[in-house]
Amino acid sequence: MGNIAWVLKMAIRDFRKNFSRLLLFVSSMVIGIAALVGISSFGDNLKNDIENQSKELVGADLVLDNSTPLGSQPTDSIALAQADEINFASMVAFPSSGESRLTQVRVLEGDFPFYGKLETLPVEAESTFRAGGRKALVEKILMAQFNAVVGDSIKVGDVTFVIEGELQKVPGQTGIAATVAPAVYIPMEYAQETGLIQFGSRLKYLRYYQLSDDVNPDELVERYGEQWQEDRIDADTVEDRRRQTGRSFDNLTNFLSLVAFIALLLGCVGVASAVNVFVKEKLASVAVLRCLGVSAWDAMKIYLFQILLMGLVGSVIGSFLGTALQFVLPTVFKDFLPVEVSMAVSWSSVGFGILTGLIVAFLFALLPLLKMRKVSPMATLRPEEGETTLKKDPLRWAVILGILLFIFGFSYILLDGWKAALGFTGFVVFAFAALWAVAIGIMWVIKRFLPISLNYPIRQALANLYRPNNQTVSLIATIGLGTAMISTLFFIQGQLLDEAKFADKEDQPNMLLFDIQDYQVDSVITSVKNRDLPILQQVPIVTMALESINGMTKKGNDTLPDEEKRSRGLYNREFRVTYRDTLISSERLLKGKLRKVENPGDSIFVSFDQGYAMRTGLNVGDEIIFNVQGRPIKTYIGSFRDVKFNQVSTNFLVLFPEGVLNNAPKFHVVITKTKNDRQSADMQAEIVRKYPNISVINLGAIVETLEEILGKISFVIQFMAFFSIATGILVLISSLIISKYQRMRESILLRTLGADSGVVGKINTMEYFFLGSLASLSGIVLSFLATYLLSKFVFQLPFRGPYLEAFMVYLCITILTIILGWLNGRKIIKKAPMEILRG
Amino acid sequence: MSILSVKDVSKTYQSGNRRLTVLDQVNFDIQAGESIAIVGPSGSGKTTLLGLCAGLDSSSTGSVILNGNAFEKLSEDQRAAARSRDVGFIFQNFQLLPTLTALENVMVPLELKKRKDAKERALELLEKVGLKDRVTHYPTQLSGGEQQRVSIARAFANEPKILFADEPTGNLDTETGEMIEDLIFNLNKEKGTTLILVTHDPELAKRTDRIINIKGGKIQEEIHG
Ligand SMILES: Nc1ncnc2c1ncn2[C@@H]1O[C@H](COP(=O)(O)OP(=O)(O)O)[C@@H](O)[C@H]1O
Ligand SMILES: [Mg+2]
Repeated sequence: MGNIAWVLKMAIRDFRKNFSRLLLFVSSMVIGIAALVGISSFGDNLKNDIENQSKELVGADLVLDNSTPLGSQPTDSIALAQADEINFASMVAFPSSGESRLTQVRVLEGDFPFYGKLETLPVEAESTFRAGGRKALVEKILMAQFNAVVGDSIKVGDVTFVIEGELQKVPGQTGIAATVAPAVYIPMEYAQETGLIQFGSRLKYLRYYQLSDDVNPDELVERYGEQWQEDRIDADTVEDRRRQTGRSFDNLTNFLSLVAFIALLLGCVGVASAVNVFVKEKLASVAVLRCLGVSAWDAMKIYLFQILLMGLVGSVIGSFLGTALQFVLPTVFKDFLPVEVSMAVSWSSVGFGILTGLIVAFLFALLPLLKMRKVSPMATLRPEEGETTLKKDPLRWAVILGILLFIFGFSYILLDGWKAALGFTGFVVFAFAALWAVAIGIMWVIKRFLPISLNYPIRQALANLYRPNNQTVSLIATIGLGTAMISTLFFIQGQLLDEAKFADKEDQPNMLLFDIQDYQVDSVITSVKNRDLPILQQVPIVTMALESINGMTKKGNDTLPDEEKRSRGLYNREFRVTYRDTLISSERLLKGKLRKVENPGDSIFVSFDQGYAMRTGLNVGDEIIFNVQGRPIKTYIGSFRDVKFNQVSTNFLVLFPEGVLNNAPKFHVVITKTKNDRQSADMQAEIVRKYPNISVINLGAIVETLEEILGKISFVIQFMAFFSIATGILVLISSLIISKYQRMRESILLRTLGADSGVVGKINTMEYFFLGSLASLSGIVLSFLATYLLSKFVFQLPFRGPYLEAFMVYLCITILTIILGWLNGRKIIKKAPMEILRG
Repeated sequence: MSILSVKDVSKTYQSGNRRLTVLDQVNFDIQAGESIAIVGPSGSGKTTLLGLCAGLDSSSTGSVILNGNAFEKLSEDQRAAARSRDVGFIFQNFQLLPTLTALENVMVPLELKKRKDAKERALELLEKVGLKDRVTHYPTQLSGGEQQRVSIARAFANEPKILFADEPTGNLDTETGEMIEDLIFNLNKEKGTTLILVTHDPELAKRTDRIINIKGGKIQEEIHG
């Protein structure tokens, strides 16, 4: 079309006068783009850094691990250097305060890590620790928790060590991991002396290798893998770890990108609603152009080009901000990152952001712009004609379909699967539809049920929400969705913590003693009873491995084609099993039934956790041969149970009947309930003193850790939700500015009619109050729904309405809206009325 | 030669189950170069008739043939092309594009016809209507009379065969109105354009060759000057 040049020319001419307004329109989009580009750049850099620092991630070129000592391995002679580690969970005590807690003990021999460094305070502690002696390195989080300082002593099992240094950073370890299981490093020469290297301890033996550059660790795995498999030795190369870490962070950044995308979509709703106002203003001009002989499409394109141009400007600004944003992100995510993240402009992310911005600006602007095609030139002669001829338009549906396809395509790329993408698209549609419905519903209720006899300012303020060109519904939707995201997060977090704390109040167990050896059981029980505490459960535990499923051994399984293969984890896993003939309160039978062993020689029927069985493809009736300390035991799956894993209790994937394992080597768990923290501390101190190998977990400590972890996670989520809230606020600001002229005329009219400025101010404030209330209430209603569903189906908690939190959220959002309204209105009042009348 | 012929044209509006007949069996013919006035009380259907003649709207029945093209046989975009080719407009409320300068407003019809000399032509026309020194001004920077002069320049820019004017002086004071009238009639004479003028001002109507008096959607009488 030769006309395109002219259309462009007209677009540019028109654009000069619209620039600032259009910039305002697309401003709502900027934050979403910034978030998208920021996260995508961050993800790109993270990926590169994981690639470049993959050796530091592991600290070695090749790692072998097993639950029994590794002995000598063929790789020993190939490696440049090797280091050994025994790794297990154990209580450690700080004799100065008498306090203790469960930690990860890492017994080291050799110069691990070969890549990267154990960063300690003081710096030289790293080498003096290796020089020998009863010295320990203790993770900083643990030091802080017990107010310990370098030079204090720490007791691991039977041995007391001097704290040589505080560990600041360990290669490949994240802050979250340190929070869950803080580590204490001790030298290998004292391993036996601690008395902790014994049966029943869950020990992990690791061997780290440093290889020369011309040895490929993956080739070594290829070469010796078969033997290692047989010995249940797990081999991990740098490449494996790089791939794993890379994949899990890809998943993370993709997920975060989707959250950013939601913010962008919110912004787009704002763009569409602002463009809608723009279109209404331009209808007269379109009618004139039509009179002068411009075709319907060309007239529309003049404005479409401008919006695309502005979309480009918005996307570029957003990408620019996003590139700056990535400087903040490493701080936000610091607890989750295993490597140092570098900063670099990621041009692919910038391109991705700009393209995305252009597409969404195009699609969402097209929705209102399509109306321009339907403008009758008659509107030049009779202005009221403009509104009436806007007919229903099948192209609108095409555009809506385009938007849905885009959302689907976008999430398909990020989620890597059409089902997940469909789910996400469905969620977005549902969330917007739900908000729309709630917003319209609330507005309907107000219109319908608020009595006419309300005083005038309130009535006028309500009427204002319905003024021509109002953006009420889209404001409610955008602010509402932002509110919904933040409050759902708050509510769920509160709910989880409440639940954990609540458990302490009821008559539920709150202390768990485990790793109790057979010979210790009786005296531990006596200790507990002497303190007048109940024995709520005493559970024997037998460890075993899985030998075969329906005759299929691990080796056989490996030769199967991929689609028939069972997960290797099933065969490699150490099953911790108990035996009893009844279910406990946290269990529920779902399929089959529990069967006792009446006579020796009867078939043995075990019960599996249904979820685990489903995941690993096991069925009732399958024949499973377990290996208990070298002795095979043939069993059949007799039933499935549902196991509730959210209370302090022992939960087992596999349950044996009585009479099979009674003589197997085992250890025990004892569960009790203390009345207060003092009692817990005393009990724990006694146990740790008398039986250093026994581990104690009390609910108080769990709640503390949970609180800390949730705090870290929720900080990240809040940071992400912030984008949506900020977008909602931008949409609000832009709509306030767009409606400013109209508001000015209204208040001048009111003043002309005799309302004093007090009444005008009251009306305005009330209007913002209603707007803020509606938006936050819609969001809160939606988040109650989300919290209810999440509690019920994901966390399996009873739903307790977080009314107080909801009220706080309501107040914040409403007050924020009123303040923004005031800031915008202040300028209106300052304008001289004549200036306004002239336009 | 007849440039515009209106045959049995009716226009009805359906609102709910009420049918409102705004124009009822209107017939007339206009020769090239003629100037006519359509007069009548408010609400009599003048604007509706003008819209139909210019192809802005379609009639319920009957036929409007402009320069040999029957509008009812053309699509909306074909009618737009016909307007660009043959028709000029002057509106009661000027209808300049607010985001374009005076010059650019006048250039639009020329550019639509892809004329290379659009700018020179437009400047010439603006000079003719006495706005040589206001060419870079935007409509909001111009008075009503000046805006209407720009709009006249725009109307004559594509050398239309027929010019439609709906109450061109309706929004102007008497003095300015008279000046605008002079401008329209002078240019009209100079270019030999056909002129169709809607007005309720009898003095203005008298300056045309023929007056069509319309009342209640029907032609009452035709007065030949
Ligand atoms: N879209 C419409 N729907 C219904 N009635 C209309 C519409 N447009 C115009 N009318 C009616 O047609 C009649 C003629 O209007 P109009 O042509 O504007 O009259 P005039 O220009 O002579 O004042 C009026 O009664 C008006 O109310
Ligand atoms: Mg009229």
